[in-house]
Parts: sequence; structure tokens; C-alpha cells
Amino acid sequence: MCLRRKDLFCVAIIGFHRAVPMTELSAHLPQFQHGQLTENFPDNHLCNTNDNSERRRHDNSERRRNDNPESETNGQPQNRTQQVVEQDEEDEELTLKYGAKHVIMLFAPVTLCMVVVVATIKSVSFYTRKDGQLIYTPFTEDTDTVGQRALNSILNAAIMISVIIVMTILLVVLYKYRCYKVIHGWLIISSLLLLFFFSFIYLGEVFKTYNVAMDYITLALMIWNFGVVGMICIHWKGPLRLQQAYLIMISALMALVFIKYLPEWTAWLILAVISVYDLVAVLCPKGPLRMLVETAQERNETLFPALIYSSTMMWLVNMAEEDPEAQRKASKSSTYDKQANQIQNEDADLDDGGFNPEWEQQRDSRIGPLESTPESRAAVQALPSNSQASEDPEERGVKLGLGDFIFYSVLVGKASATASGDWNTTLACFVAILIGLCLTLLLLAIFKKALPALPISITFGLVFYFATDNLVQPFMDQLAFHQFYI
Amino acid sequence: MTLAVFFGCSFIAFGPALGLCLFSVVREPLRVIILVAGKAIEGLVALSEDGCSPISIQQMAYVAGLGFGLMSGAFSMINLLADALGPGTVGIHGDSQLYFLTSAFMTMVMIFLHTFWGILFFHGCETQRWWEMVAVIFTHLIVSGLGSRVRQAPSQDPEGPSGALPLSCSLPALPALWCCQLGPTVAFSAISFLSSVIGGPPFVPAGGRCPGAPAARE
Repeated sequence: MCLRRKDLFCVAIIGFHRAVPMTELSAHLPQFQHGQLTENFPDNHLCNTNDNSERRRHDNSERRRNDNPESETNGQPQNRTQQVVEQDEEDEELTLKYGAKHVIMLFAPVTLCMVVVVATIKSVSFYTRKDGQLIYTPFTEDTDTVGQRALNSILNAAIMISVIIVMTILLVVLYKYRCYKVIHGWLIISSLLLLFFFSFIYLGEVFKTYNVAMDYITLALMIWNFGVVGMICIHWKGPLRLQQAYLIMISALMALVFIKYLPEWTAWLILAVISVYDLVAVLCPKGPLRMLVETAQERNETLFPALIYSSTMMWLVNMAEEDPEAQRKASKSSTYDKQANQIQNEDADLDDGGFNPEWEQQRDSRIGPLESTPESRAAVQALPSNSQASEDPEERGVKLGLGDFIFYSVLVGKASATASGDWNTTLACFVAILIGLCLTLLLLAIFKKALPALPISITFGLVFYFATDNLVQPFMDQLAFHQFYI
Repeated sequence: MTLAVFFGCSFIAFGPALGLCLFSVVREPLRVIILVAGKAIEGLVALSEDGCSPISIQQMAYVAGLGFGLMSGAFSMINLLADALGPGTVGIHGDSQLYFLTSAFMTMVMIFLHTFWGILFFHGCETQRWWEMVAVIFTHLIVSGLGSRVRQAPSQDPEGPSGALPLSCSLPALPALWCCQLGPTVAFSAISFLSSVIGGPPFVPAGGRCPGAPAARE
């Protein structure tokens, strides 16, 4: 069973956002915005060290300059400097160690997704068969001349990229104007499509390849269970590993669709252009993805779980999801609350419960003026409770957008499908992407803000693909032929 | 060709190296990164000069060498293994029937050699001993040259692949060749390694704690 063109239209237009917006990488580091503590972890040395390290470095550098004797903890300036330097080194070392851990936490799912895609491409011939093209790439590549083919592929890539840009901007606009229902509806429909329809096709093709006889009732039961559990895991709550597994599976399914329906030159061009677009969209001040991330940070929300792979603590995301509701209700009834607060304060003045002014003066003299205002109380209550953090306190999560998974897998899958070098090229692209991911995470540890994950990896991947396919592969072929080892 | 050939050849070629990987690399994320990326990230290099770093230079050399070896072995072997899964008969045109086996063994040897060469080369760079680096390059050339020399056999068949047949003819010579290659290299690397041990512990424990400077840290 193959998709017809009209099906493809529905498929692509809904499934696109999956690949589109969340192609950026953001570290799940505590945010420093406006001095607001959004620390989500229980008290532990590492997190505090790392997230306060920046502030401390600033403070320490200022102290060294001013030689301020007001610091309570440190005695002589020399000792202070020494301790500070050692603290910095320790911080750096810990940062590196935990940075390395994050890199590994992302190596595994990216590798798994690519392995699934390559295994499917190599065994199921459906995904390498030419059965038409997407509606977004209307120009065919079966032309007479090379020039015509190049022109067609450029036009295809241009159309595809404009569609992606339009949909990203649409998503950002919807998010900015708080049309959460529309976004959630969009995400749910696309997840439904991926989890039910695409997996049904995938399963059907796998059965055909291995000649497995299957009745419709069993198949319906399997697909139903797979889909429903997937929807629950991705959009609501579920065990972390299961959620990660589902995200990897839907990324692989989406990548397989792209590999099947994108012609060769178009695919490479699209990969190149989308990594440039990713760079622009995430780093430019007016880039849509950057605006999305900043808006999410301002509102103290996390981005949609259905679009981001997070390596730890997905339950926090679910908790934060309730915040938009609470915040919206809070903002709507803010005037009412203010009135209520005023009434409360008046009542409180009449009955101070034993905390008379003398007591308050004593307290102020001892520990300084402290007064909990409604805002501070609300802020404290808004913090997720530390009792739920039964996870390893050293587990700091890193997030990678599903679009990154998809395009990495598209690159490796296309390499394995169409390269003359076969496994050498596939292996080279795989290693290239991992190296790019490494470097991106290193930059993330340095810059500590959302970064595009596509450009470096895709650039390396493309360079390695063309170099290996055209230069290394013939050479290795001859070496293996003559059993000559270097 | 059968699955047995596929698994047999892949385990011969990659078994020891993957065993090394499993027992010494996989536990430490930093080592995995160096295995994949192949060279020290600048921060690590800077840290290693301080004396207490999460990974010592010897570990780095070992892991980098292992990474190079695995990649070169993979590139040599992987297409062969893929063909081993498909239909066909080895040596049906009169070539050696042991083509896969000899390739697997040579790949294993090359992986080990790359690991040792990595350690030696790093050591040579660290201690500024140019002769070590020259020796590494020299032995590398010798090994490759020997591998091709073995092939210069009487059979001048222009039809089929003339490479495999002579190699199998000199099959008894192969173990001797491998011993010649591995023996000195292993001894050489072991000696250099041990001599570098005097400078510091070869494998810093995973905690990264410096045994030499406990007082400096709190």
C-alpha cells in the first residue's frame, strides 16, 4: 500500500511542524532571567556550584578589583583569590565531566534513531522505492539534462524551505498570542497521524518484507495499543524511558517518510538550506525560534513535550504545563486578587497573632528586614516542590528538538540508501553527526543558551558524505580487493 | 555465505577491541567522547597540564588509538561483513576460500596496532622523543608493506583477483608475520608505558582525584 498524492498532502501539512520548529538545542540549566530562581532541583552542591558559578565569577572578579573587605566568609584577600581560583577549576572540571555525561545522554538516542532508520532502509525496500513525491516538491528529478535536474531540485528546496518558514512563523505567532489550544490540537493531530497511520504503514511493510502472515484484528489491537500508549506518554505522563522510546520512534518514522519521498538532490539541498535556516532562526534576535524560546523563558514555561526530547525529568515538563493555565487564570483575576489581598492585609493589621511591633523590631535588627509579600509567596509556591525529586540530583537534563533527530536520521538514511560506498559512507556520516553533536554540546556548555543543533552536524555530515562517497570509497574498495591494510 | 561466517568474522575482527572498549571506555563518558571525536578538546588539554584532570594523557592516548583502530577496522571490514550475509561462494573462481578469515584476522591485528601506535605516538609527543614518533611511522609503513609483499606470488592470473590467492598460499607465514608485527610493538609499547608510569599514575580513578595534591582542595 502506498500513499497517494492526496494523502500525502494531508500527511505533510500536519506532520511538518514536527520537523520544523524545534530544531534547537537548549540546556535544561536553571535560568538566570531577572534574578528569578527557576531552579528545579533539590539542594545539591553540583547544581548550585554550576549555576551560581557565573554569578560568583562575576562577583569574585569584582571583589578582586574592589578589594572589598565586607565579605563574611573569606578572610585575607590572598586566601580568597586562591580559593576562588580553585573553586573555578573545580567548577570547570565538574562542568566538563557533566558536560561529557550530557553528550553521552544524547549520543544514545541519536544513535538509536539512526540505527533504526538505517536498519529499516537496508531491509525494507518500500522506503527506497520511488512512489512519487510530496506535494511540496512538485518538480521531478527525472529530467534529460543535468542542468534541468539541478534547477528542479533548487526549486523544490526553495518551496520546501518557504513552507517550513511559514509554518514556524505561524507556530511562533500562535504561541505568542497564547493560542495554546490551537497548538495543542495541531500537535495532537500530528502525533495521532504519526503514531497510528505511519506506524501502520511501517508495520505493514515490515510484515511484507519478512512474509509474516497477520490478520487485521491482531494488527488493529497492536496498532491501537501502540498508538494510545504513545499519545499518553508523549502528551501526558509516562515512564521516562517509554516516552523517550516513543519520541525516538516517531522521529524515525518521520525521517523514513522524508527519505522515501524526497528525491536525491532535493534532499541534500534541503538539508543544507535547513541547517542555515536553523542557524539564522535560533541565533538572530528576530529569529522565530529564538523568539519562541525567549517567550517560553519569560513566561517561565517549558516548551511542548511533543516536540522536544529531554534526557531527564519529563515530569517537570508536565508540571510546568499546568502553569500556563494557572497563569492565565491568575492574570485574568489579578485585579480580584489584589482586592482580596488588600482586604487580607487590613484584617491582618487588626490581629497580628502575637507578632507585635517590638518582636518585629527585634527580628529586623537581627537578620535584616524580611517581609513576605504576596508576590514572594506566590513565587515560592510556584517553585516545584523538592520532595518529588527522587531522581539522582546530579542528573541534569539536556534537551534536543525532534527536528534534529529527524534531519540527522534523514542524512544518514539517505547516505545508506543512495551511496555507492554503502556502509563506509553510512558509517562516516554517522560518526560525522556524532562529532558535530559533541561540538554543539560543547558550545552549549560554554554559551549556556539555546543553540541550533543542526548546522555543525549537518555540515560535517554532508562533507563526509560527499568526500567518502567520491574519494574514500573507491580507495577502500581497491584496498579491500587487494587485501592491503593501511 | 552463512550467518556463522558473518558472526565469526565480525567477532574475530572486532571482538578483542570491543572487549577493550566495554571494559575500559564505556563506563567513562569522557573516554567515549574522545573515542568518537578522536582528539582532545582544548579544555581537557588545558586541564591535563594542571596535574589533576578528569582524564590522563595516557588514557587519552589509549582511547584515541583505540578509536582510530576501530574506525580503520570498521572501514576495512564492514563491506565485507555485509557481503558475507548475502549469497555467494568464496573463492569460486579459484581464489582463496579463506578470504574472509584472513581479512578478519588482519583487521584485528590492525586495530591493536593502531591502539599501540596511538599510545606510543602520544608518548613521543609528550616527552619530545622524536625517535618514538619516527619509529611509529616506520613500523606502520613496514606493516603495510609486509602485507603487500606477501602478495607478490608466482600466480600471474590476469583474470580474477590476484590478490587473494597468493595470500592464502602464504597462509603458514601469516601467523609468523603477525608475531613479528605484534611482538616488538607490544613489548615496545609496554616498556614505554611503564616508563611513563614513573611520572604519574597511568589510570586516574574515575573520581578524578589527584593522589598527589589532596591538601590543595577542600
